[in-house]
Amino acid sequence: MRRFLFRGLWCALLLSIALGAQAQTGSSTASDEDAQALLEALDVGSYHDKGEAITAILQSDDERARDWLQALLDGRLQRTEEGRFVVVLNNIGRNWPVADALTEEPLGEMSRRDLDRIGINNALRNQLRSAIAVVDLYSPRVERRRLSAERLLGEVDGDLAGLLDTLISEEDDLQVRQRLTQALAIYQTENGELEGVETLKGSLHPRARVALNRAANGDDPIVADAARSALASIEQNLKLNRGVETLYFGLSLGSVLVLAAIGLAITFGVMGVINMAHGELIMLGAYTTWMMQQLLPGQPGLALLLSIPAGFLVAALVGIAIERGVIQFLKGRPLETLLATFGVSLILQQLVRTVISPLNRTVVTPEWMSGSLIINDALSLTLNRMVVLGFALFVFVGLMLIMRRTRLGLEVRAVTQNRAMARAMGIRATRVDILTFALGSGVAGLAGVALSQLTNVGPNLGQNYIIDSFMVVVFGGVGNLWGTLVAGLSLGVINQLLEPWAGAVLAKIIVLVFIILFIQKRPRGLFPQKGRAAEG
Amino acid sequence: MSLLQSLKARDRVFDFMAPTASPVDVRHGPILYMEDVTVSFDGFKAINNLNLTIDDGELRCIIGPNGAGKTTMMDIITGKTRPTEGSVWFGSRHNLLQMNEPEIASLGVGRKFQKPTVFEALSVFDNLELAMAANKGIFPTLTARMTGEIQDRIDEVLSIIGLTALRFQPAGILSHGQKQWLEIGMLLMQRPRLLLVDEPVAGMTEQEMERTAELLVSLAGKQSVVVVEHDMGFVRSIARKVTVLHQGSVLAEGSMDQVSSDPKVVEVYLGADEEAA
Amino acid sequence: MPNANSASRFWLTRPFGERATQIFLGVLLAALIIVTVLHVAVPRGHALHVNAYTVNLFGKYLSYALLAVAVDLVWGYLGILSLGHGAFFAIGGYAMGMYLMRQIGDRGTYGHPVLPDFMVFLNWESLPWYWHGFDMAWFAFAMVLLAPGLLALVFGFLAFRSRVTGVYLSIITQALTFALMLAFFRNEMGFGGNNGLTDFREILGFNLRSSDTRLGLFLASGVALALGYILCRAIVTSKLGRVCVATRDAEARTRFIGYRVERFQLFVFVVSAMLAGVAGALYVPQVGIINPSEFSPLFSIEIVLWVALGGRATLYGAVIGAILVNYAKTVFTGVMPDAWLFALGALFVLVTVFLPKGVAGLLRHLRRRSSSTSPGEATA
Repeated sequence: MRRFLFRGLWCALLLSIALGAQAQTGSSTASDEDAQALLEALDVGSYHDKGEAITAILQSDDERARDWLQALLDGRLQRTEEGRFVVVLNNIGRNWPVADALTEEPLGEMSRRDLDRIGINNALRNQLRSAIAVVDLYSPRVERRRLSAERLLGEVDGDLAGLLDTLISEEDDLQVRQRLTQALAIYQTENGELEGVETLKGSLHPRARVALNRAANGDDPIVADAARSALASIEQNLKLNRGVETLYFGLSLGSVLVLAAIGLAITFGVMGVINMAHGELIMLGAYTTWMMQQLLPGQPGLALLLSIPAGFLVAALVGIAIERGVIQFLKGRPLETLLATFGVSLILQQLVRTVISPLNRTVVTPEWMSGSLIINDALSLTLNRMVVLGFALFVFVGLMLIMRRTRLGLEVRAVTQNRAMARAMGIRATRVDILTFALGSGVAGLAGVALSQLTNVGPNLGQNYIIDSFMVVVFGGVGNLWGTLVAGLSLGVINQLLEPWAGAVLAKIIVLVFIILFIQKRPRGLFPQKGRAAEG
Repeated sequence: MSLLQSLKARDRVFDFMAPTASPVDVRHGPILYMEDVTVSFDGFKAINNLNLTIDDGELRCIIGPNGAGKTTMMDIITGKTRPTEGSVWFGSRHNLLQMNEPEIASLGVGRKFQKPTVFEALSVFDNLELAMAANKGIFPTLTARMTGEIQDRIDEVLSIIGLTALRFQPAGILSHGQKQWLEIGMLLMQRPRLLLVDEPVAGMTEQEMERTAELLVSLAGKQSVVVVEHDMGFVRSIARKVTVLHQGSVLAEGSMDQVSSDPKVVEVYLGADEEAA
Repeated sequence: MPNANSASRFWLTRPFGERATQIFLGVLLAALIIVTVLHVAVPRGHALHVNAYTVNLFGKYLSYALLAVAVDLVWGYLGILSLGHGAFFAIGGYAMGMYLMRQIGDRGTYGHPVLPDFMVFLNWESLPWYWHGFDMAWFAFAMVLLAPGLLALVFGFLAFRSRVTGVYLSIITQALTFALMLAFFRNEMGFGGNNGLTDFREILGFNLRSSDTRLGLFLASGVALALGYILCRAIVTSKLGRVCVATRDAEARTRFIGYRVERFQLFVFVVSAMLAGVAGALYVPQVGIINPSEFSPLFSIEIVLWVALGGRATLYGAVIGAILVNYAKTVFTGVMPDAWLFALGALFVLVTVFLPKGVAGLLRHLRRRSSSTSPGEATA
């Protein structure tokens, strides 16, 4: 009985909307008394009567109707003690800002105790949601129509289905049209219609799969078969998308590893200096970003861009200090260098803890880096990771050019291959040492700037990357920038491939053990330096 | 069954009954036999189709311009570098390509490096003790005791190399020439069948050179000695047979006089001079 | 200095003929006796009384000293800088911890007759296979040696066979202990995850909370240190020790005179790992807990600092360094905890740059100077 009633109500409602839409330009504003009467009708005890009042509001074709319904749905349509209807603008706290429901004039703050909410139940909530969605489909604003169409997936019923055909043919936005077609197809599929199944074949939306599953278990063998084959092709498609997603996450993780390790590939790989404070240089880069954002409040994007040179500079200067202060005294004693720079790393960590804070700092992600690139219903790629990936490649190419094309690169290679000979030829080896170390350290700072967008910025940031970085450099082959790139990216991908069945920690352990074993097999890494020089 | 029968045939010599002290089979003459050996690093052929035979007890000098592959050749013989192609036999029984450095050394191949390498933190005495031919396994080494016999042998070598007075000094304080001698002394303690000596007189005085020449000549006969040297005067003073290497293969072989009159050799050495000039 | 006299003795007794070993053992013995007397005979409240807490602290230092000796054996004499010796220490500690855990029996919070509390908490039905046997002391004590030894054997076999040396070896030992730390943090491993093993009650029937047991553990640590020291000294004064030094300084040369370098490295590495395991097993009952933080790369690298500070390749220097650094740590973390990492970091830098031979080197230098000036010669 009750169900029947609602059904009738629903029909009337849709009809009214359709009519209203026909005369969309003529949407009107009812007089205040009429509007007050429409709202009065809501404030009754029976939910059935409230349903009719909602229908009445829709049929009134008042342009404020959508706002009223939305407020009613959210529980923000309330009544004051003197019987005035208000819309609560923000119902947080004890005193709420409110606006008059009829005039939309702000009325200042009111205590929640002086307000009386107009209650609804779940059935009404559903009715309201559908009603608002349908209203929105006629909205002149394309965003609203898109959102509404999105919400309709899997929520269409028989009456709406009839309407959708006309809506689809009249819609000029492609996205809305596609969504509506899908929504209709889901409805058709759920009712065992072959046409819908055919349409859903390429859809990756989860609701489409639910509908197809139902159809696959339906009575009609032809439809069931079609649904099954559609499901199979969707499954295939999903697998592909999941593969792409894993690859993306893997490359993203890999790009982080490359960024963290590439500076080390210069200082350790090319110069042969073991700098255990490399991780802390990364940390300093990240803190530089945080500092920049503190200096330029409200402009996180600009701060981030400025952090790139600033982070490089800060890390490079600290690097020079480490080189001059410690490393130059330990030339040719790699193990002692390792210990001394480890000491430096402890000091830097503690310095940050004492001067700034032992707690993590938040670095804001600028708007143009947040959000994600939506490829389809099953695949969306987060923008910040994409930017970092691009940045890693940019840094890599830059370093490659410096090492291959510049005078500094030439001198670095000369000094590392034969120090005495290079000096004899007039190369100032000490200056080259300083510059190279500064370059490697600066790149660590760049890594920090990028990492601040992906992870927490805290005193332990560097520590978490130092072992991974060394692993990447050794795995790739010491002294080989390409090796570092390939090693970093492939380790990232391997890690992501393992994660689904091993879990994050175990995947990491497996990767570490894999590298340990790999180094036993090929002590010179993936791309070893060959020839006589390497034999010594 | 067949093993038992063959065991009864007393006139045959079995591998396992042969003396283990000197397993090298030199009945056919050569102690070292290298055939068609090629080594390439990244496409660059450091050794190219090298053929070389050293007879038992022979003293052979190997000369050649820089980059001719002399050191690489020694690396191959001692197991440090594996050739890309070819075969290397020690005597007619031991395939050196299937053995590692310590095995080859225990078999009786001693090597002196181009740059003298001694154990600088250890005393001269200890250096010689470690080099001595003995069981070099872990537990024999751990429990090894100094005996009078060993002491005497070390003393004997110490007097040969003239370092008796410095016996308890760490090897690190020795002069360049003394280190060269100590290294030769270590080779003597090893009692090798084949000695590979890379530039033994570099950094030595005229007198030291003479003594070295004497020593090497006196060793030949009992042991086979292969000397790689740049100093032509020194080579002329000791060599009976000389091999000239060029671009990784043998260019000429024969007595010093024969070789130095060979037009190909002249061209290689003079040609190189012209380029350098 | 090798003279025919000392070199001809049986290898294990040879160290007793050395002056340095005699002094070391004498000092150690004296320290053990003095602490015991001050603890037992001097009445509580007297100024000279050493309380149970301090005895316990000294016992902890002694187990650290044994660990440092183990690291010095491989680093000082073999030239292998292991940044993962904390792993062997921790594994020895876990073996002991598992024994102590099983000794709790049904007196745990949950009162399960066999399963330790954390397994009951994780709803485990039965004991994992690798926990069997640890209720027996002999088995557990054997595992204290065998488990770290086996890990060192497998890892060392792979590493030395492929001639991974120098910095590379240091890096992969660090990766090893890091990987183990991550693994032991997992609850699924069955070693108590984050919290590790704790709430121990008894060892060999003695109550761990009684001061007599603590004194016993302190003395046991001292004896273990003495024995470990003698063993290491015996190794380094043997011909094998000289082969190790030879390997450290010129690995290729050692190969070319016929030593299978990788076997010597493996042997010494395994011995060192076992000593580290013993140190861990002595450490755990004294601090009452073992958790994955002992695997942290920071701890392993800190051990190396003890050795570097004390003086590499002297063994007694390692003992001095371990005790000095840990004493300083106790003082610092009590007075100004924030400054400790600054001090530790500075120590790393200062020792490597200004004191490469450590305290032992400094002592030797001073002695030489005083002996050369004593005859009355003027020195600038």
